[in-house]
Amino acid sequence: MRRVLIWAPLALFALVFALVAGGLISPGDRTVHSAMIGKPAPATPLRPLLPNKPGIQSFATDKPRLVNVFASWCPPCILEAPQLMKLKRAGVEIDGVATADTADAMQAFLSRNGDPFARIGDDRNRATQIAFGSAGVPETFVIGADGRIAYQHVGDIRADDVPKLLAQLEKAK
Amino acid sequence: MIAEAGLAALWLAAAFALVQLMLAWGAARASAVGVEPAEEATSVAHAEGRASTGSARTEWQAASDITSHVRPEPVEGPSFSSDAGEEKDDASTSSARTEEVAHSLMTALRRTAVVQGLLAALAFALLIALFVRSDMSVVLVAANSHSLKPLIYKVAGAWGNHEGSMLLWVTVLATAGAGVAMFERRLAHATLAATLGAQAAIGLGFYAFLAFASNPFLRLNPPAPDGQGLNPLLQDPGLAFHPPTLYLGYVGLSVAFSFAVGALIMRDVGPAFARAMRPWVLAAWIFLTIGITAGSYWAYYELGWGGWWFWDPVENASLMPWLAATALLHSVTVLATRDGLRAWTLMLALVAFAMSMIGTFLVRSGILVSVHAFAVDPTRGTFILALLGIYIGGALALFGARVGTVTQGSTFQLVSREGALVLNNLLLSVVLGVVFIGTLYPLAAQAAGVQLSIGAPFFNKALTPVALTLVVATAAGPLLRWRRDNLNALAKRVLVPTAAAGVAFALIFALSGGAHFVPVLGIAFAVGLGVASVVPVVRRNLRRTPLHVWGMVIAHLGVAVSIAGMAADSAFKTERLAAIQVGQNVTVGPFRVTLADVHPTVGPNWSALEARLQVRRGNGAMFELYPQQRFFSTPPTNTNEAAISTMLDGQLYTVLGQGDAQGRWQVRLWWKPFVTLIWLGGGLIALGGLLALIGRVRRERRVAEAESWA
Repeated sequence: MRRVLIWAPLALFALVFALVAGGLISPGDRTVHSAMIGKPAPATPLRPLLPNKPGIQSFATDKPRLVNVFASWCPPCILEAPQLMKLKRAGVEIDGVATADTADAMQAFLSRNGDPFARIGDDRNRATQIAFGSAGVPETFVIGADGRIAYQHVGDIRADDVPKLLAQLEKAK
Repeated sequence: MIAEAGLAALWLAAAFALVQLMLAWGAARASAVGVEPAEEATSVAHAEGRASTGSARTEWQAASDITSHVRPEPVEGPSFSSDAGEEKDDASTSSARTEEVAHSLMTALRRTAVVQGLLAALAFALLIALFVRSDMSVVLVAANSHSLKPLIYKVAGAWGNHEGSMLLWVTVLATAGAGVAMFERRLAHATLAATLGAQAAIGLGFYAFLAFASNPFLRLNPPAPDGQGLNPLLQDPGLAFHPPTLYLGYVGLSVAFSFAVGALIMRDVGPAFARAMRPWVLAAWIFLTIGITAGSYWAYYELGWGGWWFWDPVENASLMPWLAATALLHSVTVLATRDGLRAWTLMLALVAFAMSMIGTFLVRSGILVSVHAFAVDPTRGTFILALLGIYIGGALALFGARVGTVTQGSTFQLVSREGALVLNNLLLSVVLGVVFIGTLYPLAAQAAGVQLSIGAPFFNKALTPVALTLVVATAAGPLLRWRRDNLNALAKRVLVPTAAAGVAFALIFALSGGAHFVPVLGIAFAVGLGVASVVPVVRRNLRRTPLHVWGMVIAHLGVAVSIAGMAADSAFKTERLAAIQVGQNVTVGPFRVTLADVHPTVGPNWSALEARLQVRRGNGAMFELYPQQRFFSTPPTNTNEAAISTMLDGQLYTVLGQGDAQGRWQVRLWWKPFVTLIWLGGGLIALGGLLALIGRVRRERRVAEAESWA
């Protein structure tokens, strides 16, 4: 018993050491993943934010959808705007969920950074964002033809993310 | 030139550390076979032969003195004999030549340790000089300072970053080693040599870390036109004191660690070793207490969140060594006074510094998510982790190999002062375990592929019952006699404190309308502890009461005061968040707060929006508070400067938030009754430690003098 006790601290330390070394070698994934992946997309329709652009009637239709959760007040959203334009040119219909935004600010944002959106829904109290399981802006979701959330991209879309998103859209058919 | 000189000083210090390690090996071997050095051989060494018995007796008398009012009949002195004395008698037969060698090696070792300390201090002083001169040709200065910063923050900038703080760490380590070399005269020389060797070995690892992974003196070519500034959150007088104090505590524990390693290597564990280690543990513990208390208050007023403890991994990293050091402080007293708990004390000494190093590692590696996002650098993390493995793993392996040869010390009855101290140690270890698990659990969960974080609800739920039990042990411990006592006598002594706690509970529980059961229980326990903690000095001659007894009384009283503050804050604080226009008012607790106006204002390197809040308590006189939103340009950052009004019965805490398009301003107000007691208690605990330290050191010195004249 005494012998076991004597070596117990060293054994405990070895355990902690291994744990910490593991954490150091493969740093954990700090992004907050949506718990909603694989679940049906939110059903609540979103009213239009702008007079000249339709809102979002439903996220679940019989074809794949690309939903961009964004805001005019979000700098990384400016950064990803060119990539969204690229996706639009590739023939993707993009639904924008405008979180906590106003019509004036959005109009100015779109005229500065381009307008890749087919529809923009007004999510002023961020209820839809939360229903998607999104923790921040920008985030981009692929919804499958079955109406379920298939894929989540956290953060701004970089140039090399565009093919990935296109592939996910293809897969979601 | 200054940067190069600093780097040279650092390398030289490292070289001296290497020499120190080799000298220590030689001196330890020579002293183990030789005898005491010639300089002390005449009178002191003769006295030292009996030192452990002699001073233990005085200790014992002092100890019985403490409890004299509860001890009717004198108990015989301790039965342990001085092994050290016999060894020295044997040793005196060895040749004078070995003596000579041992003596000169020991002297060289002491001097090397002092020089190493001076060189490290010089390197750190040169780094401060670089910051004061705003030498932008040095990477560290350019990245963390700015020529227009107020002088105090230029100086503080020297340790407000990774490299500088690691240099400070090494400097404290080396200086502490120098302190041991200069002042430690009573420990067996072989053990002292081994201790200094262990200290040098730790130093070497961290010198290597500085030189190869975090050189603070790296040049920038071409020099930057100006610096990038210091994180504005850190531009606060609190920063000038908080990290250095914590480091003094963290690294001060390295001395305890080295003593334990020295004692294990030389198989010399006993009261003499405990008495040599105690002042260092006390001093480190005082600094840790001050550092944690100051850090808590700094976070409270600087972050503008209105909380005083967030169970953040970095806060936990400072709490864990404190818990271990607190346990060590109590067990080392058992070892010094009664020669009990030998192996346990050694273990705690190792654990305390291990916790300091793990704390440093957690902070520096960035493997845990924390608000204290210092330097997130896996290379450095790996380096420190390797050092951790070598030192902690090595020490624990040494413990396993050697502790079997440490004979069991004197034993005691369950109901006794020792028993209470063991209970205190066990409970503190439980707290330490809970904090440790809570801090590292997210890492374990991550290894299992789960993301989670652990916060206040877990810690509060897990620790409250343990803490309340600990309060009872703290209250009862000093009222128990050493070696054995009986429960009936104890029951009589705790009658008054228990009654006080009961009355306090009934009164406050009734007055607060029966809500907040647990916090009110906390306050009642605090009242009980407060009363119990002064019992040891009641009805005794106060002027003849030893200083360390006063220290204990004040520190325990501080614990009571602090717990009362925590409980009062959690039970009775009120919070209001409101968006109001200029001229409107809100009420919080007994206060009516009017937003008089919001105006711009400027400081040395910031501009701000400042609200003028007019506050009236009931029908009392009106006073004003000025919370600010500050904007710093280098680097661009916003901070909230809370405005706090401190009253005798609590604090009114106000924060100015965002304004909106309709001219409304968010204001966040807290009324926190008796919250100041938390830090007042922390201050009392530190003061108690200081008194105990002074008392112990003076007593040791008197004993040493008495013996040298004997």
